[in-house]
Amino acid sequence: MRNEFADELTRLGDIDPRVVMLSGDIGNRLFDVFRARHSSRFFNCGVAEQNMIGVAAGLALSGLRPVAYTIAPFITTRCLEQIRVDICYHEAPVIIVAVGAGLAYAGLGPTHHACEDIAFLRSLPGMIVCCPGDAWEVRAALRTALAQDRPVYLRMGKKGEPLIHSEVPADFAFGRALSLREGDEICLISTGNILPEVVHAADALAAHGRSVEVLSMHTVKPLDTAALARVFARCRVVAICEEHGAIGGLGAAVIEWMVDSGTRAPPGGVVRFNTGDTFFRLSGEQDFARAQLGLTGPQIAERIERVLSGKAAA
Amino acid sequence: MTGFTTTVRAPDEITLRAIAARLRGRVIEMSYAAQAAHLGSALSCCDILAAAYWHALRIDPDRPDDPLRDRFILSKGHAAAALYAALAFRGFFDVAVLDTYCQNGGKLAEHPPAHGLPGVEAATGSLGHGLPIGAGMALAARIQNLAYRVFVVLSDGECNEGSVWEAAMFSAAQRLGNLCVVIDYNKWQATARSNDTLALAPLRDKWAAFGWDAHEVDGHDVVALARCLAEIPARCDGRPVALIGHTVKGKGVSFMEDDNNWHYRAPTFEEVRKAHQELGLA
Repeated sequence: MRNEFADELTRLGDIDPRVVMLSGDIGNRLFDVFRARHSSRFFNCGVAEQNMIGVAAGLALSGLRPVAYTIAPFITTRCLEQIRVDICYHEAPVIIVAVGAGLAYAGLGPTHHACEDIAFLRSLPGMIVCCPGDAWEVRAALRTALAQDRPVYLRMGKKGEPLIHSEVPADFAFGRALSLREGDEICLISTGNILPEVVHAADALAAHGRSVEVLSMHTVKPLDTAALARVFARCRVVAICEEHGAIGGLGAAVIEWMVDSGTRAPPGGVVRFNTGDTFFRLSGEQDFARAQLGLTGPQIAERIERVLSGKAAA
Repeated sequence: MTGFTTTVRAPDEITLRAIAARLRGRVIEMSYAAQAAHLGSALSCCDILAAAYWHALRIDPDRPDDPLRDRFILSKGHAAAALYAALAFRGFFDVAVLDTYCQNGGKLAEHPPAHGLPGVEAATGSLGHGLPIGAGMALAARIQNLAYRVFVVLSDGECNEGSVWEAAMFSAAQRLGNLCVVIDYNKWQATARSNDTLALAPLRDKWAAFGWDAHEVDGHDVVALARCLAEIPARCDGRPVALIGHTVKGKGVSFMEDDNNWHYRAPTFEEVRKAHQELGLA
């Protein structure tokens, strides 16, 4: 996703002189083209994320549209106070872009994992939280973010993720889920970089004759409550999948919506796929971590089959 | 550049001192009326505010959003009463609004708010935020080829915050010569001497070592402050300027000066009367 992000940012920088790129000393060579074309609007802010966010707010309050970028934990929890006060309280239109959502950097260890960021950012008033599911959604999200007049958090994976869409989704909007498959028995709701696993799970379930709906719910805040109401009314089982902890992510947001709207769980229940409430302490890459946590496509499909057959509780 | 005169005139000492005394008198009244804390901190920076708002800043209270205006951020947001009084006296909003300080339903909270109050460039109160925001504003001036300056007032206690030093290094690296920090160095923080709490001294040397054009000034000398602030950007080498302003907490009222109880205490009616007498306002 990050290469497409850098490319899209360069394009947007070509046409919008307000775009300013701030990097937290990350992305070696990633922004070479942007730098070459817009040297006066690229700043390596060093390993000083609190300052980077404050600077971004100051730029935004002066009419510019800064994009602040570094690895997910360092641009969220490391400088959460600055995001809360400098950006959200001021309603400063800063685009915060994280690379390495969830367990994308599993091999680097828990210091570099980001399984709490959605919870923190979602709790901040006025913040849009968007977790694109593939590189096409990244491009769409960045364009859409620039058209907003308020803070946006974009949570990307890293690089080389499978493409789910074949082009920029034409009807992309924050708070509007993208339906990738239509079905009426199982609905798989995915946010962020776990989307390819969710699509694998849908394929496996469909191979067993199941009718599967797949929603890429790229925006966690604001929630697409219309889409939720639709699938909750129609499907036997709703599964919510995210590479994020059990607390405060998309699953939690959907449960809050259920209670607030008085929506009942579907007959087969709501199944949540997430990284739990723990640090992933083993070494190993993202695929290994997903397998350990039951987040691969086949594991997702298998657990849903067991729920449908009554062998496991939702 | 339209709208702002850049003619350098000599600071008018008598006027600036009278304004500073009026600010102090009003801040004391506000603290009494609201029984609000941080009076000592507000009195500490009144001369800096007078020198900035009545001499150095290129501002027009009728056009608080003018893109060409100088920016002033009171990063030590707990001294908000002094900023409110300065903005009101300078014409950014009606002086009567000061009566709503800390009252239910008003706009003047104990720390400067985001939105809704003309002249407040940034909401502060959580320490260590004003300088990074100010650095962003100073950088925006360069990107947009605008000639405004950015002034940020920090407290010495605020220099405990790591974000201050992140911003100091960033500003020096980016050669933000249009950025000026004034440290209200009154030697106290909330509960102790600042130099006993964390090793701040030597403060000028620290800022100089961080790449700033750092100077020590008497933070109550309105003429010296006015001159220093007015000449920003002071150097053609691009270094941002740090003025280490030696100040006295509670300045202007004998029984408040250098007594850190006034970080939290509010005055009685009798103390307000005595203070006004000492300030020549009675």
